[in-house]
Amino acid sequence: MVSGIGCSSRAPGYVDFNTLHTTHGRAIPFATGIKLAKPEMTVIVVTGDGDCAAIGGNHLIHAARRNIDLTVVVFNNFIYGMTSGQYSPTTPTGAIGTTAPYGNAERPFDLCKLAEAAGATYVARGTAYHARVLPNLIEKAILNKGFSLVDAITQCPVYFGRMNKVGSAVDMLKWQRDHAVSRKEAETLSPEEMGARLVIGELYNKPAPEYCELYEKVMEKAQGK
Amino acid sequence: MSERNVKFMQGNEACAEGAMAAGCRFFAGYPITPSSEIAEILARRLPQVGGKFIQMEDEIASMAAICGASLVGVKAMTATSGPGFSLKMENLGYASFTEIPCVIVNVMRGGPSTGSPTSPAQGDVLQARWGTHGDHPVIVLSCSSVRDLYELTVKSFNLSERFRVPVVLLTDEIVAHMREKVDLTELESIELVERKKPACPPEEYVPYQADPETDVPPMANFGEGYRYHITGLTHDETGFTTQKPEKIAALHERLYRKIENHRHEIIETRNYYLDDAQIAVFAYGCTARSALRAVREARERGIRAGLIQPVTMWPFPDELIHEVAAQVDVFLVPEMNMGMMVREVERAAHGQAEVFGQSLVTWEMFTPAQVLAKIEEVHNWVMSKTTSESRPSRTSGALAAATE
Repeated sequence: MVSGIGCSSRAPGYVDFNTLHTTHGRAIPFATGIKLAKPEMTVIVVTGDGDCAAIGGNHLIHAARRNIDLTVVVFNNFIYGMTSGQYSPTTPTGAIGTTAPYGNAERPFDLCKLAEAAGATYVARGTAYHARVLPNLIEKAILNKGFSLVDAITQCPVYFGRMNKVGSAVDMLKWQRDHAVSRKEAETLSPEEMGARLVIGELYNKPAPEYCELYEKVMEKAQGK
Repeated sequence: MSERNVKFMQGNEACAEGAMAAGCRFFAGYPITPSSEIAEILARRLPQVGGKFIQMEDEIASMAAICGASLVGVKAMTATSGPGFSLKMENLGYASFTEIPCVIVNVMRGGPSTGSPTSPAQGDVLQARWGTHGDHPVIVLSCSSVRDLYELTVKSFNLSERFRVPVVLLTDEIVAHMREKVDLTELESIELVERKKPACPPEEYVPYQADPETDVPPMANFGEGYRYHITGLTHDETGFTTQKPEKIAALHERLYRKIENHRHEIIETRNYYLDDAQIAVFAYGCTARSALRAVREARERGIRAGLIQPVTMWPFPDELIHEVAAQVDVFLVPEMNMGMMVREVERAAHGQAEVFGQSLVTWEMFTPAQVLAKIEEVHNWVMSKTTSESRPSRTSGALAAATE
């Protein structure tokens, strides 16, 4: 398990694998080196919205483009929590952060759409509230032979919650419950009705040739096989 | 007598072939002049032997990827030039702090910024030592011939594996793009060093518990049953982060000792005509080539000059400089920057001899005549021992003439 820097990235310290806590934004290229050098290893990246979509955004789209067999789980809490509440690439427009005291003027990324457009072959979204759904999505992401992204919506009551007056950690979990819709439900809703709602579940699953396997073919060609 | 294996090679090609001979089986890089041939050759060569090549999305990712590959036990390298070298700095520090063996080749070009991409320079010599933030161990070697680029690439891998440290191999556009005859007969049989793996079973493995003799912890490869944690946070022997002052100090002091206590085994210099020298020239990279010719020509003119060519830039050969300083009147340090290693020579000479720099920043290689002219100027100054006004200036003859 490989991580970058931030609250999310401390997670490898709590699991009994080979765990690598790397530099800010760079978990995916470290993981790429591990996977390509030893494709039989299962490699999971845990990262946050700042880590993977801002400083590490370039690595995210290129790993997705290669369809290298990594599973990226994004702890998406819409804020830089570890550095105390600065706005991130997923902070909603208008939301308050310590660096957006008058409301965020930027538009947020939809990480699932970004990953799908960049070439990921499995994309899903879950929330911390839907605790029985999220592990299934992560399991399917790991089983996908290719680049997988799971956008895991989490709560940061300390900064996002407090600054945006959305209540306690429990209130924030309730918000996740009340705003999550399935793909089917979402199709029946108008953009206005969708509002801040989040589509959860499996959003994209379309296998494609995996990078390390394609590189095996390169090696065979180089060896005249 | 067996047949000799003699080849006509380009510097970057020699580096790539040296990496192959050293057992490098992973290369991650990003296109940049004047180092790109190393990537191009390894893209062709590595998959032929089951190795992996990947062109990453940027220089930062390349440095990260070689760390990842090294962690599963595959010898890994990247190659770059000035701007790319700057981008690698953070993860180079990570490799140093987490003790991941890897090799970083920097083909120096005119800088800073985009500078002069197709011209040689020597402005990254201090960055190679101190470029990443925080005090950290690193080994830096310098090449001045095509043969060096083969031999010292192998040596870089050997040192990185032995000391679990990133090794920076410096060269410059001239040496990297030059073609020379290289006799590989002996070079192909250089003994390879492999990282020391743990002797204990996984459940007893303490990842950063160093061998007390060497201060280097045995390294278990990821994916071989030894499950452990690596972090760029300050960590203790278990690999997990610590904020205890004594443990923080213990880590930094061990990292320092593992190189410094073995500096005599790491440091290599090539010394020419030093026995009776009055003037010692200190030169590295392509400049050492011109300096050697200049020293020989000076001797033909009756000037007792010698040359120190550091193969190891860092750790710096303090002891040799100190010893030579007791014998010579002056050091002359020609280099393609405004004076970098000259400060190190001055520091190590410890006031025992005069130290003069000679800077060339035209991004054209020093000619032997330029170095010879400075040797003569310095020699005349020594002979006359005149006032400080006539002390030789730092700029080279050519540059001074051009600016007057």
